Amino acid sequence: MSENISSSQDAATPIVIVGHVDHGKSTLIGRLLHDTDSLQEGKVAQIIESSKKRGLKIEWSFLLDSLQIERDQGVTVDSTRIPFRLGQREFVIVDAPGHRQFLRNMITGAADAEAAVLVVDAQEGAREQTRRHAMLLHLIGIRHVIVLLNKVDLLDFDQAKVEAVEKSVTELLNKLGLEAALFVPASARDGDNIASRSERSPWYKGPTLTEALASVPSPASRSELALRLPVQDVYRFDNTRYVAGRVERGRVRVGDTVIIGTQKTPARIASIESWHTAPHVSASAGQSIAVTLEPDVIPDRGDLLHHADAAPMEASRVRVRLFWLRQEPLRVGEHFRLRLATAEHAVTVTAIDKVVDLDDLTEHPGTEVPPEGFAEIVLSAAENIQFDPFTPGTTDGRGVLVDRQQRIVGGAPIIGPASIADGEKVIHPSASTVTVQDRERAKGHKGAVFWLTGLSGSGKSTLARAAETRLFADGVDVTVLDGDTLRAGLCKDLGFSEADRTENVRRAAEVARLLRDAGQVVIVALISPLRSDRDLARQIIGDGFEEVFVDADLGTCEQRDPKGLYAAARAGKISGFTGIDAPYEAPATPALHLVTGKDSVEAATKTLVTFVESTVRHKAGVRAQS
Amino acid sequence: MDHLDQLEAQSVFILREAYRKLKPLAMLWSLGKDSNVMVWLAKKAFLGRVPFPVMHVDTGKKFPEMYKFRDEYAKKWNLDLLLGECPPVEEMDPSLPPAARSAARKTAGLAAMIEKYKLQGVIAGIRRDEQGTRAKERVFSPRGASHKWDIRNQPPEFWDQYATPHEEGMHIRVHPLLAWREIDIWRYIEREGIPLVDLYFSKNGKRYRSLGDSDITFPVESNASTLAEVIEELETTKTSERAGRAMDHESEDAFERLRVAGYL
Repeated sequence: MSENISSSQDAATPIVIVGHVDHGKSTLIGRLLHDTDSLQEGKVAQIIESSKKRGLKIEWSFLLDSLQIERDQGVTVDSTRIPFRLGQREFVIVDAPGHRQFLRNMITGAADAEAAVLVVDAQEGAREQTRRHAMLLHLIGIRHVIVLLNKVDLLDFDQAKVEAVEKSVTELLNKLGLEAALFVPASARDGDNIASRSERSPWYKGPTLTEALASVPSPASRSELALRLPVQDVYRFDNTRYVAGRVERGRVRVGDTVIIGTQKTPARIASIESWHTAPHVSASAGQSIAVTLEPDVIPDRGDLLHHADAAPMEASRVRVRLFWLRQEPLRVGEHFRLRLATAEHAVTVTAIDKVVDLDDLTEHPGTEVPPEGFAEIVLSAAENIQFDPFTPGTTDGRGVLVDRQQRIVGGAPIIGPASIADGEKVIHPSASTVTVQDRERAKGHKGAVFWLTGLSGSGKSTLARAAETRLFADGVDVTVLDGDTLRAGLCKDLGFSEADRTENVRRAAEVARLLRDAGQVVIVALISPLRSDRDLARQIIGDGFEEVFVDADLGTCEQRDPKGLYAAARAGKISGFTGIDAPYEAPATPALHLVTGKDSVEAATKTLVTFVESTVRHKAGVRAQS
Repeated sequence: MDHLDQLEAQSVFILREAYRKLKPLAMLWSLGKDSNVMVWLAKKAFLGRVPFPVMHVDTGKKFPEMYKFRDEYAKKWNLDLLLGECPPVEEMDPSLPPAARSAARKTAGLAAMIEKYKLQGVIAGIRRDEQGTRAKERVFSPRGASHKWDIRNQPPEFWDQYATPHEEGMHIRVHPLLAWREIDIWRYIEREGIPLVDLYFSKNGKRYRSLGDSDITFPVESNASTLAEVIEELETTKTSERAGRAMDHESEDAFERLRVAGYL
């Protein structure tokens, strides 16, 4: 073996090692690195010392367990990447932990692997995490799976016994639509069939693990597929507009006509720009590029650029194979954002069709996806989603679900458009042919929602009404939605429990959105005490949501008490009253902060009116980044 | 595309995500080889400019050659350079070993700059292959209000989808070089002609392989005095890059403790 550990000029092939806890993953990696002479000087001595300190003989897994907590607890907390070399080929070994609660770390490590080694204790056979990991390999699109039957020394290298385990693991993989590339009977601890052929299993004629790794196929080129260039961002530098993005597949050439996003606007690639490199006339899959367009149209982030003769699919309802990463269940009706390359869509879970039972890998209809479970579900968006179905070896259809706080909660590889099942609550929000720009032109301003939040008595309604009068006089099409007015009609079925308050906020936000979409300026005056509720409103409304904090201290509000509510709350006649026995969570970074305890109504109104005018009278088409 | 092209394209993608999603954003420039590569990659991503400030958190103990380099290239590359100072070592956790305690000054200086500029994103040039705990990092690594790295609770990160801040006071450490190896950095420097402080090249049989504060960084035995010789040396060495960084070796967990507290 040559001395050099990092001389390869090629990209390293990522290999993920997965399997049930204690089936020997870390030991295998330690052994592999040692047997192929891939360790840095001093590493072995360091492991021996660390092992000795903890009263162990020699623990190969310490090589990977770089964090002290891991060494102390004897578990791998997070995935680790280790470069390793076989002949001319460089690999990166991704070690993923086997503990169930660390599922997300395993996915983090495994998602870009070319191949997987599934370690199965030959004596124990497949266990819960073996099935879970195999399922994940399938869902993240890894199709080259080497099964390492470990600890065969415990079966005395008995051919019949080893083949029986092989058969049961094969059946398991087949249920998932996976086929093992091969099975290697081995003992990681003793080194049998890892880097050298074992004399204890003369009946085994297949490759050793290192030989199997050396023959892992290289990734296929994605340049010959149809073009997909998702817009990552649009820059304007020195009067030139650049559309930036990474070519996910295919090839784009200067002079090509491309179609932009769901609007289907055609444009010509005028140039491919770059710095400190030879000029480009074409770019292909994997390259991060910046292009200029002719005409100089402004695409949005997430718009897919493609050639006219090979368009992606389009549907507002998509069926996905979910791997759910939360510790709580998922139910129909929950809202998320679906990220797909650089696009992001607000989606609702409208059906849970099949839930996987991890004990026997069967699929059953269900009403919820269990914590960290797997299921086939339907996601619906208000608009069309452009996509290509998930295909291993490409970046197609790699949907990811994020929650309101933009935290990743699951993977959602897209199977295809969803048809409508019997009895399903089918909704088809129809899109208007009157565009936002048309409305803006007609009204002379754009639609937006100004969400006034603050304690009862802080002056929200007073301000909203005063601003309404002023804005209307200025020719702004303006509406006020205030808490009491909504509760008198639309929301009269609601009380003041936390759930009812959230629902009240949701309805107000939905109404505000409809009015905003119709081009109106909406001023909402609602205590909306919880940050999470306001985040919900922000999510429903999306662009053009401006949070205004109407800030008067509790003492002032209680003194004003225009509706006599504070007195009633203090007297115990009403409960759950914000500021008295229910919390008010002030906005951390409101778009506008009005201190109404100090300023006069006149001054605060003026500030609010100026803010509204400057927000909605923006010249059409000007974007923050431009 | 060769391997360097792939690394470059991925780093450009990451920098563009950071610029799009994190505001305000700044890049750390330690004046070392990796952070010069990072500035270079930003210029690639943004067509010859760096559209956000570049910060040097100055311990005041860098080599004189490094200060000279900083002043020269801040001008040449037209960088919006922000300088930050570090508190004295006496204010650092006395339970840390001496070199780590000295290095902790940088953590405190960085924290002060993040507060001052209310940064939501900080781009840093760490790599997975440098050190065991760095191997566990995310490309977008969220830090809570105290800037602590919560190793046990890192977000999932796959299919190029990254975490963004979801709480007030949080920021994201962005690591565009995470997938690069030491040798990749050198090959890229050679290919692109990226300038470097000459401390990296051998004089009198010694050179610096990694540059930190002058009092806790030591040169290694080497005769490599050109880029080609450095690359050749790395192709055959088995010693680790950070062998000359004292704080890594004082105790088993010194570096881990530094990183959890917000060190790079």
